[in-house]
Order: sequence, then C-alpha cells, then structure tokens
Amino acid sequence: MFNRSQGKLESRQAGSVSPGGAGQVAPAAPPLAGRRPPTPSLEPLAASEFTFDHARHLIWRAGFGGSPAQIQTLTRWGLDKSLDMLLNFEKVADEPVGPELFKADVIRPRTQDERDRQRRAARERDEDTLAEFRLKVQQREREDRDQMRRIQQWWLTRMVETPRPLQEKLVLFWHGHFATNYRTIEDSYHMFAQNRLFRQHAAGKFSELLRAIIRDPAMLAYLDNNDSRKAKPNENLAREIMELFALGAGNYTERDIKEGARALTGYTFRDDEFYFDKPNHDTGSKNILGSNGGIDGDGFVDAILRQPACATFITTKLYRFFAHDYPTGDKPFDAAAGRVIKDLADRFRADYDVEKLLRRLLSSRHFYDGRLRGEQIKSPVQLIVGAVRGLRVPPRDLGVLTDASDRMGQSIFFPPSVKGWDGGRSWINTSTMFVRQNLMVFLLTGRRPQGRDGLADRERFDVTSLLRELGDALPNAGTSASSKEQLDALCRFVLGTPEPTGRAVLDKFIADRGGALSEKNLGDALLLLTAMPEYQLC
Amino acid sequence: MASGEWRVASDWSRYLIGWWMFASSTMFDAQTEAFTRRQFLGGSLTLAAASMAVPAFLQRSALGLPQAGPGMTSIPGVPEERIIVVLQLSGGNDGLNTVIPLGQSAYYKARPSIAIAEAKALRLGGEAVGLHPAMTGFKELYDEGLLSIVQGVGYPNPNRSHFKSMDIWHTADTTATGDGWLGRYFDSECCGFGAGESGQAPGTGASRDIKALVQPGIAIGRDAPLAMRGRKVQPIAFESADLFRWTGSLEDKTLASYYEALTKADAGAAGEVVGDANSAFLGRTALDAQVSSDLIRKAVAAKPRMTYPGGPLAQQLQMVASMIHANLRTRVYYVSLGGFDTHAGQGGENGRHAQLVGQFSSAIGAFYKDLKAQGNDARVLTMVFSEFGRRVGQNGSAGTDHGTAAPMFLIGPMVKPGAANGHPSLKDLDDGDLRFTVDFRSVYASVLSGWMKADADAILEGRYQPAPVLKKV
Repeated sequence: MFNRSQGKLESRQAGSVSPGGAGQVAPAAPPLAGRRPPTPSLEPLAASEFTFDHARHLIWRAGFGGSPAQIQTLTRWGLDKSLDMLLNFEKVADEPVGPELFKADVIRPRTQDERDRQRRAARERDEDTLAEFRLKVQQREREDRDQMRRIQQWWLTRMVETPRPLQEKLVLFWHGHFATNYRTIEDSYHMFAQNRLFRQHAAGKFSELLRAIIRDPAMLAYLDNNDSRKAKPNENLAREIMELFALGAGNYTERDIKEGARALTGYTFRDDEFYFDKPNHDTGSKNILGSNGGIDGDGFVDAILRQPACATFITTKLYRFFAHDYPTGDKPFDAAAGRVIKDLADRFRADYDVEKLLRRLLSSRHFYDGRLRGEQIKSPVQLIVGAVRGLRVPPRDLGVLTDASDRMGQSIFFPPSVKGWDGGRSWINTSTMFVRQNLMVFLLTGRRPQGRDGLADRERFDVTSLLRELGDALPNAGTSASSKEQLDALCRFVLGTPEPTGRAVLDKFIADRGGALSEKNLGDALLLLTAMPEYQLC
Repeated sequence: MASGEWRVASDWSRYLIGWWMFASSTMFDAQTEAFTRRQFLGGSLTLAAASMAVPAFLQRSALGLPQAGPGMTSIPGVPEERIIVVLQLSGGNDGLNTVIPLGQSAYYKARPSIAIAEAKALRLGGEAVGLHPAMTGFKELYDEGLLSIVQGVGYPNPNRSHFKSMDIWHTADTTATGDGWLGRYFDSECCGFGAGESGQAPGTGASRDIKALVQPGIAIGRDAPLAMRGRKVQPIAFESADLFRWTGSLEDKTLASYYEALTKADAGAAGEVVGDANSAFLGRTALDAQVSSDLIRKAVAAKPRMTYPGGPLAQQLQMVASMIHANLRTRVYYVSLGGFDTHAGQGGENGRHAQLVGQFSSAIGAFYKDLKAQGNDARVLTMVFSEFGRRVGQNGSAGTDHGTAAPMFLIGPMVKPGAANGHPSLKDLDDGDLRFTVDFRSVYASVLSGWMKADADAILEGRYQPAPVLKKV
C-alpha cells in the first residue's frame, strides 16, 4: 500500500504467505448490555495478537481503510513495522505539494496603478470605469471559487491515492481543529497554503504548529487578526486559541483573552505572506496566564503551552478522532478512556510530540480493545476515501464525490464554524443516511445519487481483483470455501464483523443467487453490504 | 458545495428532472402515516402483537401519532400545524420592474427602454404601486386579500456578490457566517427526524412524542440550502422525491426485497439492544429514513388535484402541495427559481424578466388555488425573496446590474394584504441604489414569532422589530 501501484506488490505475494491468525474469525462481540469496560492499558499489543481484524482496525483509524491485500500486508508486517510505515511517513515517497501547485494571485491586492485609476474614477464619478472595476473583481472572485473547487478535488484525490495515509488523516484532523472556512476569507490560495502547513506539521510538535498558526494568513483573516489595532485589539484570535485550539473553556479568564489579544496585535499578512506590523504591535507589559512582561505572539503561545490543560486538551481531541468518541455516558467506559487520556497527556506535556503520542495510542491494548473497534461513525470523507481505497471501485466523478460529501455534512475547506465538525452521531440523520447509501451505489455502479440516468458513469466496477484478494487474504474465503465461510470473510472485510445484524438476509441472498460468492453476485452483494448500518462504522 | 458557495442562479431549476405524478394514483390521507411504520414492519400485526414483535420505540411512535387531520385546532379558526414555504428567486430579482412605482418620473428617466408603462402596470386598488403586467397570478391573489408586498427590503452595507448576499439572507447575518436561520429555528424547536427522532442519545425513546415526529424541512432541489442547515437538524433535500430513497433497487429491482429485509432486521435489533451502540442508532435512522421516504414518495405520487402552469417552479410547488395534502409533519418547505441575473436584454413588458415574474406569480396563484381546494390555505404562509434588487438605472446593455433593496412578498390568508410601507425613494439614492427601509430580518422575525410562534430573538440572535405584515393569528 505504500507505493502508487497500490496493492499490486501485495497481490503478487499474497498467495504464498500464510499470515498468523489471519484465517481465524474473531469471536463475535457479546451483546452490549453488561459488557466489560475496555482495558485502560497502554502496554503494546503482543505481536502474536495482531490479526487481520486488528490490522483492519488500524488502517481504518490511522488512515482511510485498505483493500484485503493491503490489510493482509499489514498483518504480515506486524504491529511495529506497520506503525513505522504509517508514522514515519517522510520515508515513504509521495508527490510533493509545492507552493506552485495552484495560482497564488487570483486574489491579490490592487496594484498602485489600479488604485490610482479607481480613485480618479470615483472622484470624477466615472460610472463606466467603476463598473469595469466591479466586473473585474467579480471575475476574479469567480475564478477563485473555481480554483477552490479544484483544490478540494485535488485534496480528495490525494487522500485516495497517497501512500502516506496517516499524514493525510492528520491534515484532515488539523483542518477540523484549526477550522477555517473559505466562505469567510475568500482566498483559495490561503486555504491551500494552510493545508500545506498542516501537512508540514502533521505529526510534528504541536507547539510548533501553534506558533505557525498565528502567522497563517488564512487563520489571521478568518479570525480578524488582520483588523486588530494596537489601540483597539480584536479579541477573536486570542479567544479561539484559548477556547478551541489549545486550552478549552474554563482554563483561562476574560482578562487573559484581552491581554492575549494585545500580544497578537501587529500579527497580520501582506498578500500571501505573514507580516509583522511593528508600529501596530502593543509592546506594553501584559499578564497572561501567570506570565508577565512585554509578551508578543510567541510569548502568548509559550504561556499557553506551559498550562497543564493544554496537553490534556489536545490529547483528548486526538483520542476522540483516532480512538473513540468520548464521553459515552457509560461510566466504566469513560473511566477507562479518561485514564488513557491522562496517561497519554502526562507524557505529551513534556515535548508536545504528536508522533510519539500516536505511537503509544495506536499500539496500545486499549486501542485494540473490542469495545473500541467498529464503534466510530465514518466521517463523510472517510466514507468516500475508504470506499475507493478499500473496494477498489473506479474513482468516478470527483465533482459528484465532493458534492455528496457536502450533502453528508462535510465540505472540506468549508467547516461549519471555527469549532470544526462535531462528528460522531451528528453526521447521521434520515437525509444523510440515503446520501451515504446512494453514494456507495454511485461508486459501485456509476448511478448518480442525484439527477438523471443519462449522466450515469457507466464504467463497470470489476470485482475480480477484490474477489481474488479476499481469497488470498482470508484463505477461508477462496473458491473451495463454503458459502458461509465466504460470507464470513466478506463481512469481516467490509463490515468489520462476520455477524452483522442482517446476516441472515445476506445468507439468503447468496443462497438465492447461486449458493456461492462469485463475480456474478459480488457487486450486488456489496450494494447490500454497504447499505447496512455496520458499513457506516469503522 | 455548501449551497451558499457556488450556487449558480439557475441550477436548481435547470436540473429539476422529469415528473412522475402519474406513476401512482394511490390516495393518501391523514390516517396513513400512523400505520406506515407498523405496516412497514409487518402490516398484519395487531397492536397487541406488535408490543412483542415491534421494538418499543416504534410502537410508541405509532401510538403517539395524532388521529386528527389537518383541521385539528384548539382555538376555532386558528390552525395549529402551521407551514411556511420559502421561495428563493436566485440571481437578484429586479424589484423595480416587479413592483412598479406608478407616476414617478425618476423611474422612467432611469430606465428609458425597459421601464413598464404606467398604463400597462396591473393596478392594485388604490395603491401607489402596480404589478408587472405578466403577474396576473399575483393580481388575483391581491384581489382575494392574500398578497402582502413589503417594499424596500435590504440590510446595512449591502453586498453585491450573489454568493455573499445570498449567504447573508440565508444566515440572517451581515457577515454571512453561521448556520441557516431556518436551521436555527429547527434546532431551537428541537424537532425533526434528524435530531429528535434518530439523532438523540440514549433514553430519548420515551420522548418520541408528536412533536418529535415533526419532520425536518424539505427543500426541493439538488442541495439543501444553507438557510435550512442547522447544527442538530439537517433538511431533507431532493430534486425528485423518487430519488429520496435507496437507489440500489433502481439499479437492480430484485434487490429491493433484501434491502427491506435488512432494514427490518436492524429495526428489530435496535429495539432489543439495551444501551446505545452506534450500530443500533444507525439501524434506527435507516428505518426512519425508509419510512420517511415511503411517506414522501407516496405523497407526491398522489393523483394531481388540479392543473398547474408549466415550468419548474410550478412543479416544485405542486410537489409541496401534495406533501401538505398528505399531511406530512413538515413545517418548512423551500423552493427556488433561478435566472434573475438580468444584466443584458432583460426586456420590459415582455421578454426575459417578464417571463420570470409571470412564472412565479402564476405558479404561486395555482398553489393557493390547490391549497384552498384542500382546505389547507389557512395553514400555509409563503415568503418570496431574492438576494438583492438591481440598480435603479438600466445599463448599456438594456439590462440592470446588481443593486440593493427590493420588495419581498408574503402570501396567504394570514397576511395583511396590500403594499404596507411606501416605495423607497427614487430621488434619495445611495450611489445609484435604493436605500433600504425595512431590514429583512424584521420580516423573518415576523414570520418566526407571529406565524411560527417561535422565539425570533433567540433564532435571529438579535432583536428585530417584527414587520407588521401579518394579521393577529
């Protein structure tokens, strides 16, 4: 999975390897009522315990899922090597994301000449010239929206194709964390530059990312810091850094915000670059979170990083994104999760090293506990990217995919507010349920989720390689296996459990359609499987 | 894209697909809904049997449904199940050629080739304004006392970008940020399938009462408009009700029975699971979606009760009328018509703009005839808006550029009929644009507090004096 010819290598080798434990079906989960709480242990899972099901869990949470062959490769590698490949992604070659990938000056400041001409026209009440200027602005805005749409599609494509799934998953995490909306800032290149920033710091030090974000033009514009004046500081950025980006409510005072806003005065941008507007910066003495002095933006960030609440806040957010939505209302469960978060945060506080934190979490017995597996509702982006990566459906029309993602509640680069996406159950309602199911129909068959049949994408989904990979990865799914074993394997791969609620219906479907899983009925079987509630989970 | 972003004015109508109203002639009545869930899970079950076979939450909701039809009232003459229909005119409707300022020379001077001659404008009793001659539908509504014209509606520091200004109208916020105003209405009322029905955490089963069964808003169109998007409640959006369903069975008909069986299996399990696993939550939502889809598709497939004029908007409104007739528990419907961005050759008495205003006026006229025949007209308030009006003076291409204030229309027996406030001045202009005299949010406030009996201040996140456009109802 770690090169562009996804899965080819793995497929070739697949038949000759018999990974330990991969063939065994994990015992079905007991009913929820009265289930034991998950282990709070951060000890690494023993190598012998790492099966196909664990590898599947890992690649869904630390990435966007994978094909049977990819999951089998991780199983064969074992936990340590799999984590190395996922976390040390700099060592994996990927297409660079250079600043030149998109046009920087679709939106740009007016030139001196333009300013002069416009001023003259205003003075002379030259309506034609003024109208011409207005028209030009509108043209630029339109062009910029087009570029934004292309950037959206580019990122979605990158998530589908990348050999560094965890890096892109973290970019998505930071985008939701430092949520900035194009709708407000209306400069696609600034959104792109911010996306590059998240990629650069994806698994790096949170402290460095926080220092970078107060210099990020998109963020500075989004939270009005470019309008902050020494005489009249704008508190928006200082407030959100404390409340939403680093500390959480209750861990600062209104005075800290006021003083923090003073520290951030003068932090602005010119065109596409950070600019420190020195005359506009308040150099006076400030008192922020117990730190004193002529604190500037970096000093403000340092004062925040010294707060114990900071590590807890970021750890909790990472835990919720990668491990489990929290809290659940189930006390023993929450107690275990709380302990894990505390243990992780205690070490994170020392260095703010995201990679180290994730390595501990993603290798822990807690992370692989049965109660955490298959209990996360896929975000719309996870659903789309995961389907293309895992089922190997044709990628199809990107416009339809970003459109569907929006209708499922997640439009990348357009988070609903500075709080980002709420996630979890907020993704799901009667309307989005059909969009989710019908998006899968589109990917599997080419039938558009909205609109006319004439527009259908008729590229066939070839199930041959999926069927072969499934047989290789889970030997009991091969052609010699019983239909029950085949369906067990298919359900394990697609739904994460051999016993989904509607299993009897699937058994009947296979019985009615020739009695065995085959190229003839796998496509239709997948239509049913992807419409099941378990498919929305990972 | 968030509907606010790259909304092309005419997209919604352009993509509106064919009509299927003759597909089924099953009549649908108010009683049907009460039985749909049970029918879905096995129509032959009696309630007693259902108490064992049907999950508790479903049984409760089946029992909890009201038995009365649309006429259900507690105070005589005051309908309880009030509905608002929003019509969005996308592209910036030219207000000055819609509601004509009679006898004002400044109007004719500014628009030498596109102004509507005074003699041609449709007179409204003794009002100082007339209607575009193509708007005979609205003239009839006026004569019946069903039309209110609010003039000079806008907001401070008008934005002339379609996208930005539309977002401002959708969010009721001049910075164009935040959730939609109708979305916030649903969130604050905490109703709708989206959250009240499925989206709630454990223990909400018991509170699945009638109110929780009020459906989220329904938007006819490709995208859910930003206006209807809330935090908790998301609207249902479809171009054609036939697509508000699992499309896998359109791909292969034989899959339908398996899909149905899967949905039932999930529902069965959902009732048994103690606690609140995500899979059970998803199963419940899938079932709700299925039931909701069946209701909506049956509703719009019902036999048409009357003939509507041609055009996409009339089709949308006919669908809405069918859903109201079927007594869906939806309080907000959203329809739209595009093409109002008339920069060139917009015409006067005839031509492009005439065709557009004629279209929405006759479509709404037919809609209210239909509602009256159903006995539902008193339940339905329709509000018409556009993201901005156009400049007072015509441009060099016999069209008009993006402007500011424009009229809004409110329709229904609950409105105070007539052109309430005066036409904005054509002499005291702001750089060639009309100055607004009514903030659009005071019209929203009136709709929310006066009609929907909701807390307008909380929803609009500010205090706006409700525009006096509704009777005391």
